[in-house]
Amino acid sequence: MDQSPEHVHSEASAKIFLYVWFWLLALTGVEVFLGYEHLEVKLMLVLLMGLSVIKATLIISYFMHLRYERRSLALTLMPALVIVVTLMFMLFPDSFRLLQMRPR
Amino acid sequence: MASHEATSAHLHEATVPVSAWGGGVRPFATGSKKLGMWLFIISDAITFSALLMAYSYVRVASAAWPTPFEFYPGIIKATVMTVILLTSSVTMVMAVRAAKVGSRASVVKWLLATMVGGLAFVAIHATEWVGLIEEGVRLFKNPWGEPLFGAAFFTLTGLHMTHVFIGVCYLGVVAALVKMGKLTSEDIEVSGLYWHFVDLVWMFIFPLVYILNIKMG
Repeated sequence: MDQSPEHVHSEASAKIFLYVWFWLLALTGVEVFLGYEHLEVKLMLVLLMGLSVIKATLIISYFMHLRYERRSLALTLMPALVIVVTLMFMLFPDSFRLLQMRPR
Repeated sequence: MASHEATSAHLHEATVPVSAWGGGVRPFATGSKKLGMWLFIISDAITFSALLMAYSYVRVASAAWPTPFEFYPGIIKATVMTVILLTSSVTMVMAVRAAKVGSRASVVKWLLATMVGGLAFVAIHATEWVGLIEEGVRLFKNPWGEPLFGAAFFTLTGLHMTHVFIGVCYLGVVAALVKMGKLTSEDIEVSGLYWHFVDLVWMFIFPLVYILNIKMG
């Protein structure tokens, strides 16, 4: 409907969505595989969250098209999210403390 | 000489920066609806982060956290749901693409395919909920251990399922309006942003809630 540089881009890269889809499925498969490996909890958590962050980045960059928007949009949105999520981690020491203090 | 001055004057005019706040300029080069949806998505992402944090918090603070998901039905169903959601994201991308280059009929077709994916997700998820409830899982009670498991699980996946269901309704309205020819390609892109976000949230729920709660033999 509208003619813009974006229009040219979307015609050029129809296949890239299928590549991204394939990788998302493959990474999901790796996650299921890891679930049945007897790994240490911390290592497992780091691996699973690392894979999830990669998947999220793929979805945001390609499906949600943020990679092709003006950079200022990503620079406005993403730091806000990262800072808030990081601040939430402040609560976790309390959680470990609770584990010790709880009556059993 | 005169022509040189004219050129430099022209260059000078061109390099004076236009204020992004003076009106008539889009600072992010997007429409206002798209920017609005992005801002909503960021705030909703923070809501889901808070719930995931709450789940992780209770889990770390509990000595007897239940890990009830067996390969079947738990993990198989969750994996199939992940595949369905990822595939529905691809059909959504196709709808957005069709809105830019294709016909209205093809936009409606891809939107309907996306809605079918969303409904399948909700249907499978609902059978899983029913299965857990039949096994005796309640918000503050379950047969396995830490009673808060139910509260954490049902709140987190329930809010996500609500988002999927609202997304299906949203896409239904968008499809109907596209059929009537009332929407621009940007409107479809905005609905796509919401749909991909719901998909993205599941990419964190799946490993944290399912993969980390696998019942080992």
